[in-house]
Amino acid sequence: MSKRIDVKDLNVYYSKFLAVEDVNIGIEAKSVTAFIGPSGCGKSTFLRTLNRMHEVIPGGRVEGEVLLDGDNLYESGVDPVTVRSQIGMVFQRPNPFPTMSIKDNVLAGVKLNGKKISKSDADSLVEKSLRGANLWNEVKDRLDKPGSGLSGGQQQRLCIARTIAVKPQVILMDEPCSALDPISTLAIEDLINELKSEFTVVIVTHNMQQAARVSDRTAFFNIAGTGKPGKLIEYADTATIFSNPSVKATEDYVSGRFG
Amino acid sequence: MSSTATNQAKTTRANGSSKTPQAPLPRKRNSLAKGHLPRFAVLAIAAGALVLGAASSTLTGFSIASFAIYSAIIFVLAGSIITTVVEGPRRGKNALATYLVYGAFLLALIPLASVLFTVLQKGLPGINMHFLFHSMNGVTGAIDNASVENGTPVLGGAYHAVVGTLLITLWATLISVPVGMLTAVYLVEYGKNGPLARAITFFVDVMTGIPSIVAGLFATALFAVLLGPTARMGIVAAVALSVLMIPTVVRSTEEMLKIVPNELREASYALGVRKWRTITKVVIPTAISGIASGVTLAIARVIGETAPILVTAGLANNINANVFGNWMATLPTFIYYQIITPTSPTNIDPSIQRAWAAALLLIVMVMVLNLGARLIASLFAPKKGR
Repeated sequence: MSKRIDVKDLNVYYSKFLAVEDVNIGIEAKSVTAFIGPSGCGKSTFLRTLNRMHEVIPGGRVEGEVLLDGDNLYESGVDPVTVRSQIGMVFQRPNPFPTMSIKDNVLAGVKLNGKKISKSDADSLVEKSLRGANLWNEVKDRLDKPGSGLSGGQQQRLCIARTIAVKPQVILMDEPCSALDPISTLAIEDLINELKSEFTVVIVTHNMQQAARVSDRTAFFNIAGTGKPGKLIEYADTATIFSNPSVKATEDYVSGRFG
Repeated sequence: MSSTATNQAKTTRANGSSKTPQAPLPRKRNSLAKGHLPRFAVLAIAAGALVLGAASSTLTGFSIASFAIYSAIIFVLAGSIITTVVEGPRRGKNALATYLVYGAFLLALIPLASVLFTVLQKGLPGINMHFLFHSMNGVTGAIDNASVENGTPVLGGAYHAVVGTLLITLWATLISVPVGMLTAVYLVEYGKNGPLARAITFFVDVMTGIPSIVAGLFATALFAVLLGPTARMGIVAAVALSVLMIPTVVRSTEEMLKIVPNELREASYALGVRKWRTITKVVIPTAISGIASGVTLAIARVIGETAPILVTAGLANNINANVFGNWMATLPTFIYYQIITPTSPTNIDPSIQRAWAAALLLIVMVMVLNLGARLIASLFAPKKGR
């Protein structure tokens, strides 16, 4: 249950401003791919184009192709809703629905779409998803309590549980640990390692150690200066990027000489 | 064992302190501290101001109003000057601003307290079961005359007006809440500040300023075209009131929808949820408590309208629970007619008593509505508990 993503000649715009230029990348199925780079280099923007969340922002549009196992997401006639149910997303700040209980948050993808689900199916889906997000043992006694009562790290794992409950092919994570403490971060990183046995995971992170710890492949994005578009500089196995990068800028960045 | 150890420790400590007796150091003046007025100073100044206020008021002929004004002025001036002298200019300015803020609050409270007191004082005697559950049907000047001359109880009540107020306001709410909420949803979720959205915002602002009598005339004219020139009934009044309510509902709903964090919408989209379902299942539930209290405030604003009711629903003395036929009374029009055309022109006291009782009833209804709004808001509010 996972698909690969291939991006061809992708340009990303905010109205007329070219934010990310000419990206070509192939993201392997059942692997963890990390995007690293300085702030404002367009890695989050690029990530959001992979499940058509970019166009939610007024003026957001793209040129080029994003292929999910060969199917172009941006072909006319493709419903963004279908795309997003196949490619889930976890955001920087944990954002459980405040009006819903923990259980309803996990079931949100099913219930909000108005699908009928029997109580036993719902219960097993909740348990499976929460176990998948390593949260079951912590919340199994208070499934009917509001999700906003959990700690930040638990909320983020709840958001991951909510995402895997809709059984996507790919999970995109936009700096999922940047609002969390080190212990919660560790929990999420362990979880990412488990998730890759079932899903294709793409993670944006500012934390290079995190990229080195969790990812199989790493893409380095950079920007020539403010107002210039961000570009994909180098994309290789994580070990190569961190030990023997072929581009000088990558080496400078991963060794901490800038950024 | 442990108690022995504790005892030993106590002894040591006692010995230690007795060995080095510390003579109290001569108290150095704290270089950080400044002069400080004692607590009772404010009370003393207030008492002095009251005395001086009474004195200066007597000079110009004593009255409560001049006494209060003189005392307040003397207190503010004296209080801030004394504080300046003792505690320094910054504390003095602080005292002046504090007194002015409290003064403004008290000033704003005076009309409210006065209205409540007057309405309670004049309205309470008229409130009884007969008043609450009977209409004015069949109550004539002769009955009022008899009650004044023979001391029999005042007959006639406001039941028909209560029914009319509730029904007309209910229908106005039924019309304006869907229209207003959907308008706000369009403005926030779909309009994206485009030309149409800006035009709607502008006209909603214009609608906010429409005088209520104009709304009444609009409804009358509309139904005159539809049903003929003499169409007077509850639903016409409800339409007139909804013209007044819609802009308030749009505005408050819009503000509430705007403060729903965008992250929740994105979270919902990222789960593959359609936009309209995101709006109905995520955005509106998150904002519902604010929307509910906004709607209640809009109701409270129109429930006391008189002019648009007079020109749309006319006036009835009998109970009419059908908004689609015949004239209806509401509490404001009931009050208006009891005051302007008393049932008995020679003995107006019973009419005036009924008018004040109806006013009290109206205030109670608005207060119940406001309490209801708070209840709804806390019931629907996003849960925070653990």
